[in-house]
Amino acid sequence: MQEVHQTTVMKPPITRVGVIRWARANLFSSVFNSFLTVVTIYFLWKIVPGLIRWAFIDSSWATTGAQCRAGGGACWSIVTKNVRFIIFGFFPYEWQWRPLLAMIILFSLLIVSRNRRYWKKWLGYLWLIGLFVMGLLLKGGLFGLPSVESTKWSGLPLTLLLSVFGLTAAYPLGVLLALGRQSRMPAIKSLSVVYIETIRGVPLISLLFMSSVMFPLFLPEGITINNILRAQVAIILFTAAYIAEVVRGGLQAISRGQYEAAESLGLNYYQKMRLIILPQALKIVIPPSVGILISAFKDTSLVVIIGLFDLLKTTQATLSDPRWMGFSVEAYIFIALIYFTGCFSMSSYSRRLERELYRGT
Amino acid sequence: MANELPDKNNEKLESDPIVEIIDMHKWFDDFHVLKNINLTVHKGERIIICGPSGSGKSTLIRCINRLEEHQRGRIIVDGIELTNDLKNIEKIREEVGMVFQHFNLFPHLTILENLTLGPIWVRKTAKAEAEETAMFFLEKVHIADQARKYPGQLSGGQQQRVAIARSLCMRPKVMLFDEPTSALDPEMIKEVLDVMIDLAKEGMTMLVVSHEMGFAKSAAHRVLFMDEGEILEENTPEEFFDNPQHERTKLFLSQILH
Repeated sequence: MQEVHQTTVMKPPITRVGVIRWARANLFSSVFNSFLTVVTIYFLWKIVPGLIRWAFIDSSWATTGAQCRAGGGACWSIVTKNVRFIIFGFFPYEWQWRPLLAMIILFSLLIVSRNRRYWKKWLGYLWLIGLFVMGLLLKGGLFGLPSVESTKWSGLPLTLLLSVFGLTAAYPLGVLLALGRQSRMPAIKSLSVVYIETIRGVPLISLLFMSSVMFPLFLPEGITINNILRAQVAIILFTAAYIAEVVRGGLQAISRGQYEAAESLGLNYYQKMRLIILPQALKIVIPPSVGILISAFKDTSLVVIIGLFDLLKTTQATLSDPRWMGFSVEAYIFIALIYFTGCFSMSSYSRRLERELYRGT
Repeated sequence: MANELPDKNNEKLESDPIVEIIDMHKWFDDFHVLKNINLTVHKGERIIICGPSGSGKSTLIRCINRLEEHQRGRIIVDGIELTNDLKNIEKIREEVGMVFQHFNLFPHLTILENLTLGPIWVRKTAKAEAEETAMFFLEKVHIADQARKYPGQLSGGQQQRVAIARSLCMRPKVMLFDEPTSALDPEMIKEVLDVMIDLAKEGMTMLVVSHEMGFAKSAAHRVLFMDEGEILEENTPEEFFDNPQHERTKLFLSQILH
């Protein structure tokens, strides 16, 4: 008898199910799960309609504070009527297009830089030009733009300035510190350890205070250093210490074999680190580094305590206006959305980067 | 196929030594791993080093390109003495290729990039030329069709052949093999040994830490047996396997030959 060859390709069983089966499997699979589902639905039923009513139906969008109070719903007017102060703060009113344009340039550069295929030399030049133009727009004093004191820089541009520069400068510094901590040279190693442990041992607030209150005491009379710059340096120094420890973790995850293979090819220390070790180590530590960058981004709001008017402070200033008192929830929701957009973009970009760098291992 | 190999017993070796190890000792902390090692390797010579695990055989070849530092005695490679001078170490590493047990390819680079890295950055070769050389050697290890893939997508045997090609791209004068087939699945050992035999036919100077008897018999000029940090016995493969002198050699051979 001839053997029957079963050569038909077997497909996996179809697991598509209907709504009811899905609900049974996911929402009511056990008594406890059913209980949780019912409780959740009850709370949603209680909360969501009221929230929608408050936020959208009863809300006022372009009224005065007094009209808002009469309306009863959410008073988005506090945002719409004060948006220019919340965003731009004390930047001279008629020149506020300048920080706006600077931010548009910044966002365009960030969006272009998302794509790794564009990480070429020209993008570097583009950033240099962009930075120069942004600086010029903020500071003025050239090409007929009136000069604006940096003490007037406030609101969202200030927050972005502190965070974008803080993060981009802190990352390479952190990498250097991590390499220093692994160094075989005792002086470099102990310097890095002392730096990292000291900075991690104090809160950011105390660093900010030091830079704004104590540091000037040590400077000779007549010499002042810009307040923003000092806060900026404090943020960079602080974040770098955290980045350093995360990167060190990544370096330790690379096997000895990778170091040995690089060395046996004759690569010197810098080539070995730049071409072999760091690309792998930094890829491993993308998730924790982005965690640090996100918290550093939010921590820039701590500069309020040294008198800088970042986004949070301009919002608080708006709220202290008697005409708009009592609508803090709406105002804070607005800036929370701004912060969320920033943090969420970073985290979604980090996931995309991880996906793109996946190499089958 | 084995008779394609030049008869290694009648093969005339050039007399200049390429590696000279003189009265060399090494310690790991207090542990004396290598004792009084004396070894001269001539150009074109192929030496198999075997011995029980922990006998110091890997450490010995790792000393030759300074992955391990020796504490006493001298090691001279291609006329350059290994000292703490970084420049000398890098120069020697350019001339000495190494193949590892666990391949150690760079997982973030494509196969082609793995091969061109050394020539481009160390030898300062132009990229196009380096790629041409890389393809030549990939062809040689029968794996040119995988050039654009990443190491993680290849089998162990393929990865080890890439690792050999990566060393060859540096045009080394000596090749060190540290148990090149020990981490491989049995069916992949042959493809790697075949590549090594091809290399032998071309007269490459090779120091191989391995227990592959077949390879030793067909390609090696000398077999060294190491135990407890010493070279106990040294002979031609035929004599070594058929007529071992030392008790420990006999014991070792009886254990690996079943």
